[in-house]
Amino acid sequence: MAQALSSLLPQLANSDRELLRRGRFLDVTFLLKVGNTDYLVRIHRGRIEAMQQGPHVQPRWTFALAASAAAWRTFWEPVPPPGAHDLIAMLKTGALRLEGDQHPFMANLRYFKELLALPRAGMEGP
Amino acid sequence: MTPRLAAFEPAIGRYLSLAIDGEQHRLYVEEAGAGIPLICLHTAGSDGRQFRGLMNDATLTQHFRVIAFDLPWHGKSSPPAGWQDREYRLTASAYVKCVLAVADALGLERPVCMGCSIGGRIVLHLALAEPRRFRALIGLESAAHAEPYYDLDWLHRPDVHGGEICGAMISGLIAPTAPARERWETIWHYMQGGPGVFKGDLYFYTEDGDVRGRLSEIDTQACPLYLLTGEYDYSCTPADSSDLAQRIKGAKLTVMPRLGHFPMSEDPALFLTYLRPVLEEIRAAPG
Repeated sequence: MAQALSSLLPQLANSDRELLRRGRFLDVTFLLKVGNTDYLVRIHRGRIEAMQQGPHVQPRWTFALAASAAAWRTFWEPVPPPGAHDLIAMLKTGALRLEGDQHPFMANLRYFKELLALPRAGMEGP
Repeated sequence: MTPRLAAFEPAIGRYLSLAIDGEQHRLYVEEAGAGIPLICLHTAGSDGRQFRGLMNDATLTQHFRVIAFDLPWHGKSSPPAGWQDREYRLTASAYVKCVLAVADALGLERPVCMGCSIGGRIVLHLALAEPRRFRALIGLESAAHAEPYYDLDWLHRPDVHGGEICGAMISGLIAPTAPARERWETIWHYMQGGPGVFKGDLYFYTEDGDVRGRLSEIDTQACPLYLLTGEYDYSCTPADSSDLAQRIKGAKLTVMPRLGHFPMSEDPALFLTYLRPVLEEIRAAPG
């Protein structure tokens, strides 16, 4: 990825009007783990207000999504292969772990599926 | 895209009043075409609109009478009287009786029955219960059993919107290559399901409909069995259907690249390229 995820994801999310509309009732901080790298993502009314790369001292989050760097890379391919193409599919295969209080994730499942798929567009091309 | 002139599609829908297992029901039944009856069974939490692409395909309706009905509680079918005080849970026994009751009510003689997901499961039960009543059975996204891979309670609770969660939950079961219009139509049907209905269907899918112990009793000489499974289906994977096909002597499996769990609805044009040879084989076989 040419651009760091911590700047790419907020940029993509905060310029996506439909995503922001769908997330307008969402306030949550979640932990995104890409291999050994942690990102603390703070969302307010659907906007990513901060996305800080770890290591963090005493991070506080409501839920965490964790997968290997390779699993996220495959998920972010323009047309990912079967089983690596969807967060729930990755939960089923064990490639993705969901921890903590899952309620905000499940109640806003479309938002999070689309948010985390945004880097797909950013990864197109060489 | 230039808007086309207004035109009715060939499908005709009517309401059918009938008794199923001693209980009165009002079911919505749609059909198009003439010839060999082809009963189409929708997936869990959806309805007969999933078969719109088949009903609109003239090459199919030229030889087949395509019939899709909404299960009780689904689509435009009503829940039975008293529904407000009971939890909806689909069972294998109730599902088999429902399919047979509709076939009887419509006077169908040896129809082909094709079901997807829970419908793909029930054709296995039909193969066990009444093989000689069917000319052929087709299981789409069919496995002998499915383990739940998330907590089904998320699908029906007051602090999560049922339509939003059902739609978002199944979205990934559609192949990423599916045309956007058909993908979102498929998701919309799920968003329209009644509270607890998808979850109630999954009771059959993950518990009551387990047919693993009886597969060797299925006789494909009495009734041919075809299986078609999309490569992007992670609920019923090609490996699950392949396992099923290996356990039923004579079952014929097609794995469908670039399709997921809702082949007839997420990408009807592509699905028809896989279905047509199966239907041609059924039509060519001695009645």
